[in-house]
Amino acid sequence: MDSRNTSVATPVPAFAVSRLFRLRRNGLTAQIAGRIGSGLLVLWAAVTLSFVSVHLAPGDIVSLLIGEQLRTPEVEAAIRAEWGLDEPLPAQYLSYLTRVLHGDFGRSYILQTEVSQLVLSQILPTLKLTAAALFVAIVFALVSAVLSAGRRVPRSIAGALELTLVSTPSFWLGILLLYLFSFTLKLFPVSGDRSFSALVLPALALGLPLGAVIGQVLRQGLERALEEPFALTVRSWGTSEFVLRLRHGLRHAALPAVTLTGWLVGSLLSGAVITESVFGRPGLGRVTVEAVLGHDMPVVLAVAILSALVYVTLSTLVDVLYLWLDPRLRSDSREAVR
Amino acid sequence: MSALSSRAKRETAPASQFLRLLPANPGLALAALFLAVIAIATVAPALLTTADPIAADPLQAQLPPSWEHWFGTDHLGRDVFARVVHGARYSILIGVSAVALAATAGSLLGLVAGLSRGLVDEVVTRLLDVVSAFPDLLLALVLISFTGPGTTNLIFALGVAFVPRFARVVRAQTFVIARSGYVEQARTFGLSRTVLVLRHVLPHAVAQVPILATIGLGSAIIGAAGLSFLGMGPQPPAPEWGAMLAEARNYLRVAWWIGVWPGLAITLTVIAISVLGRRWQAAFEGRRSE
Repeated sequence: MDSRNTSVATPVPAFAVSRLFRLRRNGLTAQIAGRIGSGLLVLWAAVTLSFVSVHLAPGDIVSLLIGEQLRTPEVEAAIRAEWGLDEPLPAQYLSYLTRVLHGDFGRSYILQTEVSQLVLSQILPTLKLTAAALFVAIVFALVSAVLSAGRRVPRSIAGALELTLVSTPSFWLGILLLYLFSFTLKLFPVSGDRSFSALVLPALALGLPLGAVIGQVLRQGLERALEEPFALTVRSWGTSEFVLRLRHGLRHAALPAVTLTGWLVGSLLSGAVITESVFGRPGLGRVTVEAVLGHDMPVVLAVAILSALVYVTLSTLVDVLYLWLDPRLRSDSREAVR
Repeated sequence: MSALSSRAKRETAPASQFLRLLPANPGLALAALFLAVIAIATVAPALLTTADPIAADPLQAQLPPSWEHWFGTDHLGRDVFARVVHGARYSILIGVSAVALAATAGSLLGLVAGLSRGLVDEVVTRLLDVVSAFPDLLLALVLISFTGPGTTNLIFALGVAFVPRFARVVRAQTFVIARSGYVEQARTFGLSRTVLVLRHVLPHAVAQVPILATIGLGSAIIGAAGLSFLGMGPQPPAPEWGAMLAEARNYLRVAWWIGVWPGLAITLTVIAISVLGRRWQAAFEGRRSE
């Protein structure tokens, strides 16, 4: 039962082997498969939830799906056929599941287009924005945490900067950046997505506040790690402070920060909605806002399910990363991590 | 060891000691003062300004800040200072209500799930997983697409979106503490399950709720302003801060001041809340880290 105790007493190579061995015994693959399975379960529940909410929403389902569009007998017949409204509920549910599985989110009756085509055509600008913002956030967090952890003056400077950034709404930061760099200094374009320079301000506006959140957590974790006995051990090897922070401290500090990053990707997605509208960028966010205001439910539901897919995929990856970063979680992990 | 000392100090560091800290710490005092002003603006805006936040005066449109109009006037000639002051009622109350809703529902869910392992825990956890699979603001947007925009709908939507963060932390804390060494130790003393839960698990499990609520309040205010910026909250001419910024975005080239003050109000409020919250947390834990 306790391979842990024996491995402590054995010399290093044997320790490594026994660690490998334990991995297999505890079934890292099985655990990863479990995570993926529960991710799929969440996705299925999310799709089901969207189906249920359409049916539970007050009012008649046709007028819900039709939104602000004029209601004609032809449109109504098309909706009834598409959603199979004349069939029994379980059959409707099954055909909805099948459709979503095939990536078919139905038709937007307001925009007169297939939802999946609309979403696909708008996904690229949003991906560019979120990727650039994530890059900004991670770079900011790493630099700020590694340079300032445990040092009095840098710590208070970084702390104040982070506090200000965390407290700044990204859309206001966007407005300030626009005023300063686009209207006054004329360095970057005011709106659109035609060039790389059009990406800089939106990525900063979206990424900096998130980077500040990650930075705070990362520094706390790093400081805690640097106070632990293992840090003293590593220092006694004559390792430089910088290497200690990068190689040993960050590994411990990363644990809480990594979970947070999974959650922050969610905020990146919803932040993109607001940032796109500040900077007049094309993208999913703009489509979403217009759909919500125009009651274009097929589009809203498609975006919601898509974002859930992205979120579940990434958080499953984070969970797996967790297992990889902290071997202590592997034995009793399923309940301990979440 | 640190757990022991923090527990010992915690009993001597309630709210009264926190209040005694104020004069010694100018930053803290400033934050408290600012929040007091915001509180006045929320409860009795007429004490701070006599100007009308709604009435338009085209002859006074887009005047820069002056003695007469501290924050300038907007494109309809409305006094921006009056609008920022009156806007506190919308922005602050939406945030506070949403967090209160989320913290209460979330803590209850988390405690129940963390203590009752098995089926209940499984159901609650799965439910939270599903809800938090949708990013906060996006979930709020989906809810609003069903309910329509408006102040109450915005509070409800934000509140629901914020439940998982409370529930998950309380559940995880409950879980970890219920199987930690000192609870194990306490169990060997023959304490009953009720005593164990109430005296040793509960205080530590919900210990993080105040700081979470504080951070949550900050992000709820930011989130509410963001959704209002998109037109999902109070409708014009209500002087909500986010909605004001949405209007200001269109006049930025000619009148920068409209786009500065409401954002500054949001940011300073959120900073002040965080400063007070962190210090309170530090006092609560008996740490003097800053």
